[in-house]
Amino acid sequence: MSDQEIDPVSGTETTGHDWDGIKELNTPLPRWWLWTFYATIIWALGYMIAYPAIPLINGATKGLLGYSSRAEVAREIALARSAQARFLDQIAQMPVADIRKNPALFDFAVAGGAAAFKVNCVQCHGSGAQGGPGYPNLNDDDWLWGGTLEDIAYTIRHGVRFSDDEDTRVSEMPAFGADDMLAPAQIADVADYVLRLSGQKFDAAGAARGQDVYAENCAACHGAAGGGNRETGSPDLKDAIWFYGNTKRQIMAQIARPKHGVMPAWGHRLDDTTIKQLTLYVHSLGGGE
Amino acid sequence: MCIRWAVANSGPVRRRRPGSGMVTIHNSVERVDVEAVNSKARRKNYVARVKIFPRRVAGRFRSLKWWVMGITLAIYYVTPWLRWDRGPFAPDQAVLVDLANRRFYFFFIEIWPQEFYYIAGLLIMAGIGLFLVTSTVGRAWCGYSCPQTVWVDLFLAVERWIEGDRNARIKLDKAAWSGEKIRKRLAKHAVWLVIALLTGGAWIFYFADAPALLRSLVAFDAPLVAYSTVAILTATTYVFAGFMREQVCTYMCPWPRIQAAMLDEDSLVVTYNDWRGEPRRGAPGGDGGRPAGQGDCIDCNLCVAVCPMGIDIRDGQQLECITCALCIDACDAVMARTGKPKGLISYATLRDYNANIQGVRAPTTWRSFVRPRTFVYFGLWAAIGLAMIYFLLARDRLDINVLHDRNPVFVKLSDGSIRNGYTVKILNMVAKPRTFRLSVLGLPGAVMTRAGSDEAPGAQITVSAAPDRLRALKVYVKVARGALKAKTTPFTFTVSEIGGDERAVYQARFEAPEIP
Repeated sequence: MSDQEIDPVSGTETTGHDWDGIKELNTPLPRWWLWTFYATIIWALGYMIAYPAIPLINGATKGLLGYSSRAEVAREIALARSAQARFLDQIAQMPVADIRKNPALFDFAVAGGAAAFKVNCVQCHGSGAQGGPGYPNLNDDDWLWGGTLEDIAYTIRHGVRFSDDEDTRVSEMPAFGADDMLAPAQIADVADYVLRLSGQKFDAAGAARGQDVYAENCAACHGAAGGGNRETGSPDLKDAIWFYGNTKRQIMAQIARPKHGVMPAWGHRLDDTTIKQLTLYVHSLGGGE
Repeated sequence: MCIRWAVANSGPVRRRRPGSGMVTIHNSVERVDVEAVNSKARRKNYVARVKIFPRRVAGRFRSLKWWVMGITLAIYYVTPWLRWDRGPFAPDQAVLVDLANRRFYFFFIEIWPQEFYYIAGLLIMAGIGLFLVTSTVGRAWCGYSCPQTVWVDLFLAVERWIEGDRNARIKLDKAAWSGEKIRKRLAKHAVWLVIALLTGGAWIFYFADAPALLRSLVAFDAPLVAYSTVAILTATTYVFAGFMREQVCTYMCPWPRIQAAMLDEDSLVVTYNDWRGEPRRGAPGGDGGRPAGQGDCIDCNLCVAVCPMGIDIRDGQQLECITCALCIDACDAVMARTGKPKGLISYATLRDYNANIQGVRAPTTWRSFVRPRTFVYFGLWAAIGLAMIYFLLARDRLDINVLHDRNPVFVKLSDGSIRNGYTVKILNMVAKPRTFRLSVLGLPGAVMTRAGSDEAPGAQITVSAAPDRLRALKVYVKVARGALKAKTTPFTFTVSEIGGDERAVYQARFEAPEIP
């Protein structure tokens, strides 16, 4: 700051900044502006006292109001819970089939089921319940253990081949190849026969030979016509949906050394209301019976 | 440091600070006339507001301002109480911003959130309207209809009513505290606070059913947000109109800065016609006529005394001037009394002013409005307005939105057919319940089912929608194996009103695995 320059027009001193002849006046700020600034400082001090502010080694100062965003979340969750309670109580008391007849309750249950599905089921069945190799697609109309509300609820509650649950759904296809029950040639023949059952390309001679093998070894569970049996979880061999693949090689592999999936029993982990909601959600995916 | 040198005794000392006194110094010692530029007396980073006591004035612009104040305040206070029958399923308040239900009602118009572009259009119209007004009649918005101006005017009227006109107010302000001063001040602030409370109170009625809200406000069971909004608006009204006044315009409002870019030489601005006013006469006298070489301005300072912004219009156009034209009224009255033509201070364009300076008599007329810029603004403004009216009248009150399931995109069923899932949203934007037929067109052999329903699959389903509500439903569309010719097949969802003629169409796609 050396020479003070006074602007001749306004009589106000300039800041000394000069841009191509345009000079900035050093006009004093209104004093209330300064007060406003001080007020914000006072506000900030009060805020620091009232709310958590100063970081310490283990956390921060608590503030006089005792506010915490965590507690606020907990409060909001509790509020949401209490808002849901009305529906959840109804779901707890009603049979699943009746819930479906009440549109508002049904919408609530399906939404709740979708949320529970995202937490517990997507790891195997996929986020869209579309399944994957070895994990069933829950959107389609092909059910290993049945697609009625009761069947779905039972499967969720007790699981499949889940040893910790006495009532779990159990079945085991013999390992026809690994245990030398069938010769490799017979396995190839019966695979051709299965291809014929499902309307795919097959070798006529092999299928003809395989027909007898099928009748002796497979028809007991999969049915004489190949329609499967839900009592034993035996898949339908005529339809277009294949759990472990529909090529001759994949079918032969499954006959020789079958894979078996395991689903946990959720009755031990989830409450009854959640299972009812999951049941309705899975049933609503388009394949429910 | 600015140092002014002067030799002692060689001339008048230009500055003598109080208390410094004359110092006897030896004749041979130079006397330095210096002033510390950063002396405490000069250190002024912040200035206190100087109180302004505008004097009462009467005249045509004052009358106009009273009218504008009455009309704008009436619109503000009365609007939420107007009723408009929309039937049993919609509120009957003519103007209502229903934030909870996300609806905006304006008489016969109802706006849904996705139609917010109408509000954007209104704001653009308001902006262009402000450009149009400013380029023609200058800061008329500031001077007449800005809420800050209207409320300050109202607060000033109250102040004048209780404390008297300019001189009485200055006297009262300077007077020591006495019973009368306390009484007047209390009365003034009480009335101000009541006005402020009514201002804040009226605002919230735009956001809820006004009669019901008033009842619950009085019964103290209205929502907290209602009380806090009233409190905040009461405080801002009281502070802005009672204390801040011209400071809001000068320091807080961006418009005085923007107007510098909007005004041109054909815009009307309040102008002191110095070509006929200068040089000023010392005082109005009974000399029977003005001496040669004297102007019409008698330097009575009335124009300064009436100015609510505390400026002297005779200094020329300035940022603070809100063009309220009260100085015109004051000066016209004085000109009438001194027998001079009115209009020493007048609305004039810079072009006419310059012509007058050159000696060409150029009265400002409506012709200053006729220029390309005005027409462009007006054309734009009118075009947007007409387009909005057209779209408002032609818009559909039924809409359909469809979300295709993404995961999975399609499902293969046991018989080999392909199923796609869609969430269909039907927007019933009228205030009555309606039934619609949702159908799938352009997809041969397609059947549709509603999720969670036991209806037989078909090409169409019947959907009912609540009044003024969105109805969402999940549907599955199934196409038999072999009916599909491509991986992606376009088709349409059509929703049509049963017992009406409204329909809406959505172009959807049906996805399938690779067709071998």
